[in-house]
Amino acid sequence: MNRFIQIHNVEMTFTTKKGSFHALREIDLIVEQGEFVTLIGHSGCGKSTLLNLIAGLTKPTGGSLLCDNREISAPGPERAVVFQNHSLLPWLSCFDNVHLAVERVFGASETKAQLDARTKAALELVGMGHALAKRPHEISGGMKQRVGIARALAMEPKVLLMDEPFGALDALTRARLQDELLAIVAKTRSTVVMVTHDVDEAVLLSDRIVMMTNGPAATIGEVLRIDIPRPRNRVELAEDPDYVHARKAVIDFLYTRHAHRETIAA
Amino acid sequence: MVSAVFHSPRATALDSAERSPAGSSPAKPALTLAKPPATPNDPPRAAAPSPARFDFSGLLAKVLPPVLGLGLLIGIWALLTLKSTTFPTPAATFDAALKLFADPFYSKGPNDQGIGWNILFSLERVALGFGLAAAVGIPAGFVIGRFDFVNRMFSPLISLLRPVSPLAWLPIGLLVFKAANPAAIWTIFICSIWPMVVNTAVGVQRVPQDYLNVARVLNLSEWKVMTRILLPAVLPYMLTGVRLSVGTAWLVIVAAEMLTGGVGIGFWVWDEWNNLNVQHIIIAIFVIGIVGLALEQLLILIAKRFSFDQ
Repeated sequence: MNRFIQIHNVEMTFTTKKGSFHALREIDLIVEQGEFVTLIGHSGCGKSTLLNLIAGLTKPTGGSLLCDNREISAPGPERAVVFQNHSLLPWLSCFDNVHLAVERVFGASETKAQLDARTKAALELVGMGHALAKRPHEISGGMKQRVGIARALAMEPKVLLMDEPFGALDALTRARLQDELLAIVAKTRSTVVMVTHDVDEAVLLSDRIVMMTNGPAATIGEVLRIDIPRPRNRVELAEDPDYVHARKAVIDFLYTRHAHRETIAA
Repeated sequence: MVSAVFHSPRATALDSAERSPAGSSPAKPALTLAKPPATPNDPPRAAAPSPARFDFSGLLAKVLPPVLGLGLLIGIWALLTLKSTTFPTPAATFDAALKLFADPFYSKGPNDQGIGWNILFSLERVALGFGLAAAVGIPAGFVIGRFDFVNRMFSPLISLLRPVSPLAWLPIGLLVFKAANPAAIWTIFICSIWPMVVNTAVGVQRVPQDYLNVARVLNLSEWKVMTRILLPAVLPYMLTGVRLSVGTAWLVIVAAEMLTGGVGIGFWVWDEWNNLNVQHIIIAIFVIGIVGLALEQLLILIAKRFSFDQ
């Protein structure tokens, strides 16, 4: 396995009106090709900041980030992002939302029919083939997130970056989308970096869980490898000792050793 | 303790997730997974019950208040002019209006034309001045909204020039163009440009960062960013600016034409004042109001057509 995403000694300091804010310090992380890595931590620990750095949406104030041995200097279609709030363009249909991405990546090399077929295939992959002509406001939150995932997958990215993609969904919809994501990732063998605050989600989906300490100046506290074989079934896993053990380890990190100060106060 | 509190709701969530049908077959491709039901495509308005018989009380509730308001105005007007000899009564004004609108498009020389012509000439000036203002103001608004430097360069100027009365601009127009008609158009241009500049700029600044992030991640070309993201996102703001601008333009034209002369509703008002034909002035006030209202309604209609539901 090659070292696909390399993060070396990354520092991130934001300058705001109230002065500078040291968000991340000494971040070192290697993500291998085809690996599913989740970033977990309390809110405000900078996990989304780290994802934005990998996406290239923000630039680090120190250290270096490499993707496929090239420095990450700007966002690019090889690092597709699934945003927390789906970020579909409300004036475009589901088809057009995905098509916008497809056109950008493959427009130069493929015919119009091929582009249309790609768009349709991506939407069908996430079970949205029936809603091609619908506008985002006509579909439910879970469906919007599916379209967001379809848009990202349609670009055939080298890495899929997901920023709490299921955070705004109800528990049942979230579970179903997690299962679908597992199936899709198994099929496409995508490399995924996902931000989450959901322990079960992290354990179910990940090859490794990156646990972050609390901010300011957050860093990687611990990395937990999940060696549960795939395909994973959430029903069987519920009593799997490895699963229970991994889950306990993450909860122990988050709530005992790195409890959020607000949580203690409460 | 905290851990235990955390644990129990999650356990319930997981438990309920296990019962969902999708949970039992994660290995299958996503295509076979349960598809969510399609949301009905019907807009909510279509669901309104169709009345079996005509809803008189509803119509009455809708029509009665505005009719009462209008009646009140005319009633007070009639009362006040009961013993007046200089100010025309509603009835006299109505008679004059009937005569006036019997032949709105007559033409007896440059200074005596029907009210229809006067309105059309005014509308033409408004269209020209406002069209030019839109052609300059909307792109300017985009540039000002998109680039902070330009914004800081021009916003003091805009704040300075925006509150200037339309009539203060007229002499400048007369000086530069040496003719009445272009000066009037210039005045409309300069007065109606600001709402469009400001609204478009604000709209561009308020394009959600998420959409711009999407553009960056997809690495869209500047043209695609413009046509697929900025323009649709800014359109509602822009149309509000356009609406305000048309209102301003129609306000300004009357004042400008009073000073410049020629054929136009503003000049017509002034002409009738010189003739001491007060009925016609009152008719003109109503006509100006109605045309302004119509312009506004037209633009609201356009705005509705282009707005998107979030």
